[in-house]
Amino acid sequence: MIKISNLHASINGKEILKGLNLEVKAGEIHAIMGPNGAGKSTLASVLAGREEYEITEGSVDFDGQDLLELSTEDRAREGLFLAFQYPIEIPGVSNINFLRTSLNEIRDYKGEEQISAKDFLAKVKEKSALVELDSKLASRSVNEGFSGGEKKRNEIFQMAMLEPKLAILDETDSGLDIDALRIVANGVNKLKSDKNATIVITHYQRLLDYIIPDFVHVLYDGRIVKSGTKELALELEEKGYDWIKAEVEAH
Amino acid sequence: MGYTENELAKDLENQEYKFGFVTDIESDKAPNGLNEDIIRFISAKKNEPEWLLDHRLKAFATWKTMTEPSWAHVHYTKPNMQEICFYSAPKQTKKYESWDDVDPEMKETMKKLGISMEEQKRLTGVAVDFVMDSVSVATSFKSKLNELGIIFCSFSEAVQEHPELVRKHMGTVVPTSDNYYAALNSAVFTDGSFCYIPKGVRCPMELSTYFRINEGGTGQFERTLVVADEGSYVSYLEGCTAPQRDENQLHAAVVELIALENAEIKYSTVQNWYPGNKEGIGGIFNFVTKRGICERNAKISWTQVETGSAVTWKYPSCILKGDNSVGEFYSVAVTNNYQQADTGTKMIHLGKNTKSTIISKGISAGKSQNSYRGLVQIHKNATNARNFSQCDSLLMSDECGAHTFPYIECKNSSAKIEHEATTSKIGEDQIFYCQQRGIHIEKAISLIVNGYCKEVLNQLPMEFAVEAQKLLEISLEGSVG
Repeated sequence: MIKISNLHASINGKEILKGLNLEVKAGEIHAIMGPNGAGKSTLASVLAGREEYEITEGSVDFDGQDLLELSTEDRAREGLFLAFQYPIEIPGVSNINFLRTSLNEIRDYKGEEQISAKDFLAKVKEKSALVELDSKLASRSVNEGFSGGEKKRNEIFQMAMLEPKLAILDETDSGLDIDALRIVANGVNKLKSDKNATIVITHYQRLLDYIIPDFVHVLYDGRIVKSGTKELALELEEKGYDWIKAEVEAH
Repeated sequence: MGYTENELAKDLENQEYKFGFVTDIESDKAPNGLNEDIIRFISAKKNEPEWLLDHRLKAFATWKTMTEPSWAHVHYTKPNMQEICFYSAPKQTKKYESWDDVDPEMKETMKKLGISMEEQKRLTGVAVDFVMDSVSVATSFKSKLNELGIIFCSFSEAVQEHPELVRKHMGTVVPTSDNYYAALNSAVFTDGSFCYIPKGVRCPMELSTYFRINEGGTGQFERTLVVADEGSYVSYLEGCTAPQRDENQLHAAVVELIALENAEIKYSTVQNWYPGNKEGIGGIFNFVTKRGICERNAKISWTQVETGSAVTWKYPSCILKGDNSVGEFYSVAVTNNYQQADTGTKMIHLGKNTKSTIISKGISAGKSQNSYRGLVQIHKNATNARNFSQCDSLLMSDECGAHTFPYIECKNSSAKIEHEATTSKIGEDQIFYCQQRGIHIEKAISLIVNGYCKEVLNQLPMEFAVEAQKLLEISLEGSVG
């Protein structure tokens, strides 16, 4: 699905990613953990195509295409979805209108017809139920006046509507209470198939109680320094990151 | 692969004016310049009664004593009145018997404007009075309106057919001495629209006028008078475009609205005069006086979407004379390249329990300057007057300017006045968020801007709202690959 090789990225001349390697196959869920400032959110931003970052070295293959050559919108249209850590508010633009525009732009790119109003509304109904999103939120302005939990659920709702190949969840668990966390995780699990993949970026092991990852990676100082299975997450929870730091520095 | 803000700015600058065509129709022009003879020429051409000529000459005498105002936050070379042609009419001035008789070239012009009469005819509910240069060339739906006693015709026609109504109301809201451009208009106005809604009648369709300046070197001085008699209702639409020329053309209109007891007038404008090219050459000077007066329980609502003109100077206002009367002003003003706009409203509260709402959305791009200027005046007897104002500015570039000049004068302590203002830069985060959802940057900007203007666009009648959205898109978007 995605193969990241020796990725170096910097912002304002400061290198954040320093030779990152990661491969995710269809049907897999990968968790990326790591201490503050390790480069987790940078990775998400770089993959999504944020302008401020400069890629100095390395390559990213996304389903046979050079991801770094694609524009931000084309990456999305090719099936890369980023669930934002801080979802953006767009006053005056209804969630519905936003999603319909998004869905139709993606369909247009693929040479498909615009979705009919009837099909669209049916889909909204089905997918909003998945994350227990109040149907009233669908007609409100994008993220405006949403609570923290509603914003995150809205991200997963959008993900469900757009059915991406690869979803990157950037700290989707931050700011969620335990019930919201369960709802969000439940949504992600239901969307899982053998054709799509998910990268879960998180600080805490807690989310991984609900979204069971196939692999867990530790990102530290711009590189993946350790990989394992879900037991690694538990070990990190128990022991913190210091032992990883020590291990890295010993090399 | 990227699309930087600089590129966005460049695209915005390269945006071409899409209505810059000239229609080649022979026209009947007065010699350039302004003097009493020209005024007599105009009046005679229009076969006007003596009182109207007197009115014009008096206005001219007043105008000569006045100087062009310079308090607005705009800079331009003042137009030389002696180089302007004050009367230009398409040559064949006879009225058309039927639509088939209309000059095909003129029909073509209307088609380019996107308001082809053929289509308009089929569109139920819209009656159009089309003003090209100074003469109204086609009026539709007249018979249907006649049945209800509604008068909707060109101003010249109203002078001939309903002189008593014109004489009674003209100049009562905007007196000839009101300001420099209003006085000029009163002296040399050539045509415009007149509308009268009888007592208790609810006008069943939107009344619409399309103004267009075609002839080079002409000024357009139209005059609009809308009278809504007691308990009546009308929604009036006005749209404007002008061809692309290197010279600056002057547009100095006067619009007067009169809402008698319990009447309601909704007046919507989509203004798309030629804004000049990206270096700031050419474009329309739009110096317009628009004002309405509300008697008891009456309501006047101004909605404007301003995307054109090189310089705009315009303050649609309400005099809330009657108790419980309501004034509203909803505005979107977009400026790009070197455009300058100084626009806003005046809400004059005279009656008790009068209420006014002002929602102004300014969008500046390129090197443009966009100012909101508003006055809320509560007079001594205006007990329990209320005003709510919200003035938002959106900046699209680093070189443009947004300014807010709110004035409040309150002489009654029971008044409640609220003013909110915000200035923001179009969010890169918002654009990125849209792009991450597969939405192209142009569409993203249009989506965000339309969302920003929603409160105003919602006030427009359906057909107009669609046109306004398109205009916003044209005015702000580049033609990205």
